[in-house]
Amino acid sequence: MSEPVRGPVREVAVVAFGQSEHVPDSAETSEVEMLMPVLHDVLAQTGLKARDIDFTCSGSSDYLAGRAFSFTMALDGVGAWPPIAESHVEMDGAWALYEAWVKILTGEADTALVYAYGKSSPGDLREVLTRQLDPYYVAPLWPDSVALAALQAQALIDTGITDARELAGIGARSRGGTDADPGRQLVGPLRTGDCPPVVDGAAAVILAAGDTARRLVDRPAWIRGIDHRIEAHSLGVRDLTDSPSTRLAAERAGAFEAPVDTAELHAPFTSQEVVLRRALRLDAAGGTVRVNPSGGALAANPVMAAGLIRLGEAAAAIHRGASDRALAHATSGPCLQQNLVAVLEGER
Amino acid sequence: MSNAATAKEPVAVVGVGQTKHVAARRDVSIAGLVREAAQRALADAELTWAEIDAVVIGKAPDFFEGVMMPELYLADALGAVGKPMLRVHTAGSVGGSTALVAANLVAARVHRTVLTLAFEKQSESNAMWGLSLPIPFQQPLLAGAGGFFAPHVRAYMRRTGAPDAIGSLVAYKDRRNALKNPYAHLHEHDLTLEKVQSSPMLWDPIRYSETCPSSDGACAMVLTDRAGAARAPRPPAWVHGGAMRSEPTLFAGKDFVSPQAGKDCAADVYRQAGITDPRRQIDAVEMYVPFSWYEPMWLENLGFAAEGEGWKLTESGATALDGDLPVNPSGGVLSTNPIGASGMLRFAEAALQVRGQAGEHQVDGARRALGHAYGGGAQFFSMWLVGAEAPVG
Repeated sequence: MSEPVRGPVREVAVVAFGQSEHVPDSAETSEVEMLMPVLHDVLAQTGLKARDIDFTCSGSSDYLAGRAFSFTMALDGVGAWPPIAESHVEMDGAWALYEAWVKILTGEADTALVYAYGKSSPGDLREVLTRQLDPYYVAPLWPDSVALAALQAQALIDTGITDARELAGIGARSRGGTDADPGRQLVGPLRTGDCPPVVDGAAAVILAAGDTARRLVDRPAWIRGIDHRIEAHSLGVRDLTDSPSTRLAAERAGAFEAPVDTAELHAPFTSQEVVLRRALRLDAAGGTVRVNPSGGALAANPVMAAGLIRLGEAAAAIHRGASDRALAHATSGPCLQQNLVAVLEGER
Repeated sequence: MSNAATAKEPVAVVGVGQTKHVAARRDVSIAGLVREAAQRALADAELTWAEIDAVVIGKAPDFFEGVMMPELYLADALGAVGKPMLRVHTAGSVGGSTALVAANLVAARVHRTVLTLAFEKQSESNAMWGLSLPIPFQQPLLAGAGGFFAPHVRAYMRRTGAPDAIGSLVAYKDRRNALKNPYAHLHEHDLTLEKVQSSPMLWDPIRYSETCPSSDGACAMVLTDRAGAARAPRPPAWVHGGAMRSEPTLFAGKDFVSPQAGKDCAADVYRQAGITDPRRQIDAVEMYVPFSWYEPMWLENLGFAAEGEGWKLTESGATALDGDLPVNPSGGVLSTNPIGASGMLRFAEAALQVRGQAGEHQVDGARRALGHAYGGGAQFFSMWLVGAEAPVG
């Protein structure tokens, strides 16, 4: 890329983060009901009222909801009256945060509410996700998300980059270290312990610029850099053992300019954490990076919100003083096709 | 200081491309369709794929093609590999919103040159049923968008006492304008006003000829900064203002005839662009009119006419191509409707007007033009105002 990196023209911080309890089946709860307590939570953390928010942006998927324009239901729950400046991405909420960050950089907004939600329980997520593959050559074969991740895992094992023992260790650590059982084989070489629990959930974040952020919270999590990149869609033209898009996004976000102490990686499969750690150079000699202290997507993977949650968890670690410089990552598409990296810092 | 925000980078439209819109593009895949529009926008800007820093794509519900988050599959076709790619979805307003998200990337100085594109390939599925939500989300009586909007058109007629024929005047005008636009879907050379007025009633009071078609099509624009505009081979269109507003679908006190979100959105754009008298200061309008009666309704909502007076503007001929406020010189949504792209087509056609590149449907001497889109239950609005001169300051 010839484009030079140009530093942000405004300081922007994450000042609040909230998430729902993630449950396997929320049949009794609508998306709006799932989201409302989370929105109230982040507003309460900052003392802001809904009308104080300059810009609202959300991420969700009609294919999970099973209906067109599903985001309009959630908007009804936000209380968009009087009318609000608002936008929506059909992507993980991490990209909604990115759009809101850009909006604040323009100076048109000082505060932004970002939210995301996903209810996978009404359908079979593995089947549903096949619908995001090339509709002419791949989707008709219905290769599901676990099968594609298994291809990636096998490639990593074949090249000697990882082995079953390391994958089992990542799974056990993500589940808090108490559950070391790798489980039964699902799609070889992946076992149940390598795969994410499919859950329903929602998350929200509030962004604020400069002095507004300082006024709202003791220790804002400043977004020092954020960037995202996409790769080719066809798995056949990609090296599945590497993630050049993650590396490039990290470079553009300034992740390699100084060491981070914490990394929240959106790796729904243990094998994908291996790819991301390498691309992000988290295993450098003498390194002490805490990877996914939250448990990551292997502990809870509410689709469309799980990436935003990584950004939120990294920010929350800074808010409470557990981190000074954290990296957050979000992914989308089969086998880590699209990746976003943000670097967050607290003032020391 | 946190509030040391520098002024926004001016944003220029230096490339516009669209496909010939038709009922079914069976000769191309979805990827082929979007690439065609993108290549035309690049050719117009005389830029290569390598000179694009980011891609922002928009479309209406994924069910319209049956592909979930199709931008993942379209990354290659749009030259986005190794670049940032964003996918916007704000219902019918999405084409406009997508352009605004792209414009903000330049305005915020995150990127210098951005490709933005919106599309719909309606022939891949059935949009009317894609929009007819299943129980329990909606009562099973509303077939498609026409069923939703017809009562609000009726409310407008009751409220203003507008004569029944106003809608047919709009449809006849827009379909005649479309004859001058080689990219328009409908080219009805033998259409007469009488034929419009005697066409079948679909959703009373909306007749068949007063309804938008279902189209396959894509629209793309290249947006760039001041330096990019200086290198552009043709005159750029400058963004003087842009805004989005949303309100809930249904609530006590909602005015479906003239939604507050539309008024607020227009007011924001006019404030940014220094417009105090839209009727006099704006030379051409591309507004989202999927059903003919929405022209007089939006004329009032956007401040071109006083409340209750919009239909008089239409009736007087002021909104014709040779009137003093041409509305939808391209033929509008009534002649071309690839849903996700329809909003971007309004934005792009406004840009073509101030660039003097609109061909046969060019409004003479257009210096400032408004692009407008709306969606959902008349609840999502996006607009921009573009000018032939760079914004001051």
